[in-house]
Amino acid sequence: MKLFKIRGGVHPDDYKALTAKHAIETLPLPDLLHIPLQQHIGSPAAPVVRRGEQVLKGQLLAHSQGMISAPVHAPTSGRVMGVGNYPAHHASGLSVPTITLKPDGKDQWVNNTAIPIDPFKLPPEEIATRVAAAGIVGMGGATFPAAVKLNLRTRYTLETLVINGAECEPFLTCDDRLMQEQAADVIDGIRIMAHALGVEKIIIGIENNKPDAQSAMETEAAVYPDICIAHLPTRYPMGSEKHLVQTLTGLETPARSLTADIGVVVHNVATALAVHDALRHGRPLLSRVVTVSGGAIRAPKNLRVLIGTPVDDLLSYCGGFTSTPARLISGGPMMGQRLPGTRVPIIKGSSGILALTRKEIMNDAVMPCIRCASCVRACPCGLVPLEMANHARVGDLEGAASFGLMDCIACGSCAYVCPSNIPLVQYFNYAKGELTARQRTEHKQAETRRLAELRSERMEKQKRAKREALAKRRQAAKAQQQKKVAEAEV
Amino acid sequence: MIAALLSLMTLGLFLGGLLGLAARFFKVEGNPLETEIEAMFPGSQCGQCGFPGCTPAAAAVVSGTAPVTLCPPGGRGLAEALADKLGVSADLSGMEDKPPAYAHVREGLCIGYTKCFKRCPTDAIIGGPKQIHAVFRDACTGCEKCYDVCPTECIEMRPVEPTLQTWYWPKPLEVA
Repeated sequence: MKLFKIRGGVHPDDYKALTAKHAIETLPLPDLLHIPLQQHIGSPAAPVVRRGEQVLKGQLLAHSQGMISAPVHAPTSGRVMGVGNYPAHHASGLSVPTITLKPDGKDQWVNNTAIPIDPFKLPPEEIATRVAAAGIVGMGGATFPAAVKLNLRTRYTLETLVINGAECEPFLTCDDRLMQEQAADVIDGIRIMAHALGVEKIIIGIENNKPDAQSAMETEAAVYPDICIAHLPTRYPMGSEKHLVQTLTGLETPARSLTADIGVVVHNVATALAVHDALRHGRPLLSRVVTVSGGAIRAPKNLRVLIGTPVDDLLSYCGGFTSTPARLISGGPMMGQRLPGTRVPIIKGSSGILALTRKEIMNDAVMPCIRCASCVRACPCGLVPLEMANHARVGDLEGAASFGLMDCIACGSCAYVCPSNIPLVQYFNYAKGELTARQRTEHKQAETRRLAELRSERMEKQKRAKREALAKRRQAAKAQQQKKVAEAEV
Repeated sequence: MIAALLSLMTLGLFLGGLLGLAARFFKVEGNPLETEIEAMFPGSQCGQCGFPGCTPAAAAVVSGTAPVTLCPPGGRGLAEALADKLGVSADLSGMEDKPPAYAHVREGLCIGYTKCFKRCPTDAIIGGPKQIHAVFRDACTGCEKCYDVCPTECIEMRPVEPTLQTWYWPKPLEVA
């Protein structure tokens, strides 16, 4: 099929050979599972189990609350050890509300009352409802609740479902292996999603560095004429939602809007598999495939891991470290987040655990900007990273925003090519965070003012009521007095 | 003689009337800058700045007797906005001294004295006589007005901890 060009991008060494030939292995049951209540964008889930309660595999642990939220389920049967705070799978190292589960080893499924029926006979809303109940979120890393995206048909006119199998981040091979090993299930999940969205056209984008996945998917999709497999050129960030859509359709998503505005919805291949499991077998999202890789890992592997498994368990299953890693990363090396430690659990959005050596992280000394504009050429969004970083550095955040800070997708292409090793993405993340924090403060101030005004109004009213009551009493007393005097006179 | 008297009197009356009209129609109530500055303040009259309310604080900022960094609930954002408005340079280094806090009622000690919520400028404390009080965190500005009045000292000021939603990457360290 005809592909369109996107601007910018980089060609990092992909290091995918470390794990690309390793079939997915299932990690043995861990001793303890730590299941965070918030593994998605939106409001955290509210727990429905108590300490000491016995739960079965697939049982609801916490229900979603609010429009954008997702429930979490028990990944295996066992006893709830507690509902408390535990270090999050996040660069900040903060603790978040987490349910700790001790597996009993029986792996006993909860009684499934929902009889799996042909999903293509279900109305689209029902599919979205079931996907929401299964706790499925975007598994490419964004963790946006998938059901919300499946319900977009009510607000937008949709034409195309794009399936993101680009996996453009170096090291990661989990989606590659999924497409090779479970192509039929993935295709089925994709068709269910297309049915839910009511779209006719399905495009699956797979980069050319995954020929086995391309051929496996092509074989499975051959019987469905509406599915088209696109062979994408290998270039980072091809897997960025908006850039993928532009490559496939030639349409550029307007700044700060959704791909749905141009009639396209993008889902990840792993999400498609989760949808298949939920609709065909009634299974909620309990596990995911994680690539454990990097130069410091003794035996890199692709593992199917229960949600909540400590990262420690994955690392020891892969033979531990060959040397102390210079950096431990969750996700890919370009956009992934640094992990504060190995105690943290695997969550729905963790696609990879990378232990990188000093050589791999290229962490050389930072030097001043020489204005070579390499970053401008590399930026896939057409921004001017050097100017944005300079404004952020001197504290002029509005200036940075006027150069398009809010359109930056933090892909890291600019920082990758920077000859002065300037941590450009950190500047952008800092500036975005600071701007959001200011907005939050402003909002709080407006609310404070409103509350204070309401209060003073109420106090005024009370005072007035008191004064009026007093005046009335006085008048009454006066009248009585006059009456008394009159009576005495008579 | 009479002509001169009359003309001067007419002139005087006319100009006097003009002045009187001007005083009525172009009346300025206080310093307009003060009103503008006051509108920028949070308006909770919390008194954390040391002034009895936002109006006197605005007057002090305008006259230059108080620094633009005086308002703790306003934080850095307000200090920068004030400095911008008044055309002065803001020394923001002292701003981080007092991190944002919120009041917390220790339920074991609360006797339902009602004094704290009567003083709260944003109605952030919920409760009734002889009922345990609770703080609605989103509405609390951390002004400490309730802190001193509790007879059982059951209110503590807790720092607002960052969450996954509010945390963001720190600014990269400067290079030489």
